[in-house]
Amino acid sequence: MAVIRDVMPAFELFQPASIDAALELLDRYGSSAWVLAGGLDSFDWLKDRIKRPSVVVDLSGITELKGVRPMGDGLEIGAMTTLTEVVRHPMVQERYSILMKAAEAAASPQIRNQGTIGGNVSQDTRCWYYRAGWSCYRAGGNICYADTPTAINREHAILGADRCVAVNPSDTSPALIALQAEMVIRSRDGERVVAAEDYFIGPGTDITRMTALRTGELLTAIRLPGSWAGAHFYFEKVADRNVWDFPLVNVAAATVMTGDTIARMRIAVNGVAATPLRLAAVEDVVRGKARDEATAKAAGDIAIAGAVPLQHNAYKVPLLRNLVRRAVRGTENTWTS
Amino acid sequence: MDLLTWGRTPWGEWILTHISWDLFWASLFAGFAFLLAHGSYMLLSAHRKRDAIETDRLEAARTDLPARISRHSLAARLFHWVMAAAMFVLLFTAFLPIVGVQFAWVTWHWMAGLVLTASILFHIIHATVWMDFWSIWVGPKDMPELKAELLRELGHEVDGPKPGKYPLGNRLYHLAIVLSGLMVVTSGLFMMVRVRTPFFTRNPYLLDDAKWGFTYVAHGLAGVALVGLVMAHVYFAVRPEKWWITKSMILGWITRRQYLEHHDPQRWIAR
Repeated sequence: MAVIRDVMPAFELFQPASIDAALELLDRYGSSAWVLAGGLDSFDWLKDRIKRPSVVVDLSGITELKGVRPMGDGLEIGAMTTLTEVVRHPMVQERYSILMKAAEAAASPQIRNQGTIGGNVSQDTRCWYYRAGWSCYRAGGNICYADTPTAINREHAILGADRCVAVNPSDTSPALIALQAEMVIRSRDGERVVAAEDYFIGPGTDITRMTALRTGELLTAIRLPGSWAGAHFYFEKVADRNVWDFPLVNVAAATVMTGDTIARMRIAVNGVAATPLRLAAVEDVVRGKARDEATAKAAGDIAIAGAVPLQHNAYKVPLLRNLVRRAVRGTENTWTS
Repeated sequence: MDLLTWGRTPWGEWILTHISWDLFWASLFAGFAFLLAHGSYMLLSAHRKRDAIETDRLEAARTDLPARISRHSLAARLFHWVMAAAMFVLLFTAFLPIVGVQFAWVTWHWMAGLVLTASILFHIIHATVWMDFWSIWVGPKDMPELKAELLRELGHEVDGPKPGKYPLGNRLYHLAIVLSGLMVVTSGLFMMVRVRTPFFTRNPYLLDDAKWGFTYVAHGLAGVALVGLVMAHVYFAVRPEKWWITKSMILGWITRRQYLEHHDPQRWIAR
């Protein structure tokens, strides 16, 4: 790991009070501007002196970006709403408890007080080779140091690797995908809304980005539709520590039952690929089936199809399979291997 | 404008990583500038072609020739079009992401690269064994033809040699394509060792970091050169006065008159 220093490189700090003012700054400074939300990802980069933006746009003073509010039959969550606020909001607890659990699983209480949901879904990967500032693929170079025979890659990808094997570290992302959330993106050219699963960009598409955000764009809000409110939810995160750690693998599932059968399900996992993965094949298989061990077993086996473990992360294959089984069963009772 | 990009290895060494994509824009600009310049020149130039009366006389004297002169065999035409398709896939998958059209391009790129490689191997064997191998190459022996062609471009009547099977420009273009094509294919095959494919076990240590850098730079330079070269090729293929050549790459033949008008029957003996 790079050495975190006390003094960051100098930059010009802007603290706009409105979205329009922030967008004007992002438009004016283009790729030299750095968007600062809660700062938990940003300050690592800046203190490591790996990223040296000339301009930082701090969003913390923009009231429009904060808070949870009803929208239609669902909710809209401002991108600068802290994870603690998400966890404590009564409507989130009542109707979207999976998001509450996912947000509560992130890091530690202090970090959740400062970290925002927009920052949690937009944070960069934690691959230490990349964050050490070496010229890997993701940093614009021509090698993945984590995908070499001698690399330390216990936390890296088993699915969807395309040159880069870094993983997305977000806890809330799979829950948002399971809830069929929409991400509201604004720029000076207007607003676009993308499905949560399309918000994340894999290395095959653009190896230097984690999200669909382009230069000059800002994630302003996350919308949760009513269609999955109050469903049967399942969220589980496996990490090396129970607090203050990124997921090795996490899983989020929303299930609507008709009697004893699964009418519909949305399920997503993270920590296994460069993007959170919606497991559409699993959703197809379980639809119309009983919520039992046989269905769970089939779902788990499908979830790991195509997995290619690296030198040190083969454990993620059975971990992913079992988490998906448990999510489909909707219980953590039996740990099958 | 930067020409090359550099990176730092874990051992603190600064190495080349690849070319600057500014060079792509430079190649694109150069390609368009050439098209504009050539198009303008063709409107204003006094290019001396064999006139109709002279061609009539030659045609009357060579009634022994068939009405259709075979110019490209089916195998040669198939090679050309397969290579062209592979080249377009390669260029689009390489450069569309750079201009902002994002998609998962790597698999398409190396698959097209393998098709290109296979087609080039086929072409080398086919041209060596079944074609007049030296008819496409240029060398010191072509200086008289170069001089004659330059004078014809200036409107002079010149007795110097006319082209054999391939016009001089065609041969020079082939040389440029050979150099850039071999460079891009060779470097590309090495680069494939670093990505996951069904054909190799990945081996990022095949070369050291510095050599990998040169490999990527070579691939990039050849790639951006091909942007300009392919633009020029397409441009000439659709120019009205060159359409007869393009048509021959589709149908395989040219007319007896086109043969006599544009070629030196002594240098390309039609059968």
